[in-house]
Amino acid sequence: MFKNFFPSKILSLKNKTISNLVFFLTIITTIGLFYSLVASPPDYIQGDSVRIMYVHVPSSFIAIGIFGIIGMSSIINLVFKIKIMPLICKSLAPVGLVFAVISIITGSLWGKPTWGIWWVWDARLTSMVILLFFYIAYILIWKVVKKFEEANKISSIIAIIGLFNLPIIRYSVDWWNTLHQPSSLSLTSAPTIHYTMLIPLIIMFFVMIIFSLIIFLMRYKTEIMKFKLNNKKNIK
Amino acid sequence: MLGKKAKSRILLFVTLFISFALVIFFVLRSLEENVVYFLSPSDVYNKSDISLNETIRIGGLVKINSINEKEEVINFIITDLKNEIVVSYSGLIPNLFSEGKGVIAEGKLKDKKYFIADKILAKHDENYMPPEVKKALDQSNN
Repeated sequence: MFKNFFPSKILSLKNKTISNLVFFLTIITTIGLFYSLVASPPDYIQGDSVRIMYVHVPSSFIAIGIFGIIGMSSIINLVFKIKIMPLICKSLAPVGLVFAVISIITGSLWGKPTWGIWWVWDARLTSMVILLFFYIAYILIWKVVKKFEEANKISSIIAIIGLFNLPIIRYSVDWWNTLHQPSSLSLTSAPTIHYTMLIPLIIMFFVMIIFSLIIFLMRYKTEIMKFKLNNKKNIK
Repeated sequence: MLGKKAKSRILLFVTLFISFALVIFFVLRSLEENVVYFLSPSDVYNKSDISLNETIRIGGLVKINSINEKEEVINFIITDLKNEIVVSYSGLIPNLFSEGKGVIAEGKLKDKKYFIADKILAKHDENYMPPEVKKALDQSNN
């Protein structure tokens, strides 16, 4: 599977593959939105504002997941010096950033009617903002530092440090008293979300994963081309 | 399979990784009082050096049948099922504030059993279900 991400494969990736994915995305988005906005019931206490969850939870998962991938790849990158790793991370970062922003905004919109306040500095919300800053720092390094090798090193170190923040985000609600509720989904116990609400949540999760994959493939292809072009220039 | 350089880099990484994790662990441990967003009634009860002039937050469940509204002032009891604190508050209450549900109050302690709040937040739990399911659940519990 990993071989599919090699530059030669990506460069030969036809636009048709991407437009097929886009077609699939349109269909699954329609189903997902129908389920989350129309077919699923309101919550017994939050009413219709529970529907914000269908965007909020998958966005948060993806924002955390992508940073996890970036952090892990950065370790592999620094240890084994694999050339394509920085390109993969560089293409993934903006996708994760956007989802982190979406997560924070939708969470805030949900917080006002539920908690009675837009924002508090509890452990969960604060660690999520820290993740956002790590994304911004990571992306800025690539923009500001002109030399590829240097930018690669600094950004990798930032990503690895940011990796420590991820378990803090995940477990903040269990380790400390927070305003944010504990996770409803976990690997070890049954979900505390009724299945009529779990279905749209899972569909929306796939919607966002496919969306991320499309954006990633497009960006990754561009990054490879840019990298090759720069290398050619340097040789001349 | 691995070069000597890669091996030494792995070693360096593992050491750095573990020491960094330990540093974070101890920093968070020592900052615990600041990381915690609210105290439970038991925390308040067990703490010997609690200050009455400082603004703090306490949280727990609103005790059933404890909400008492008189004119502008609302009184209720926050409980963690072990200890209780009486809260007095006047102002806007969030829509989801109700008996048996989570709540966080911000304000000052008058003494260890009496709290004057100037802000109330409703805390939502991790359960999500449609109203019909909730009804059925309540019926089967009774």
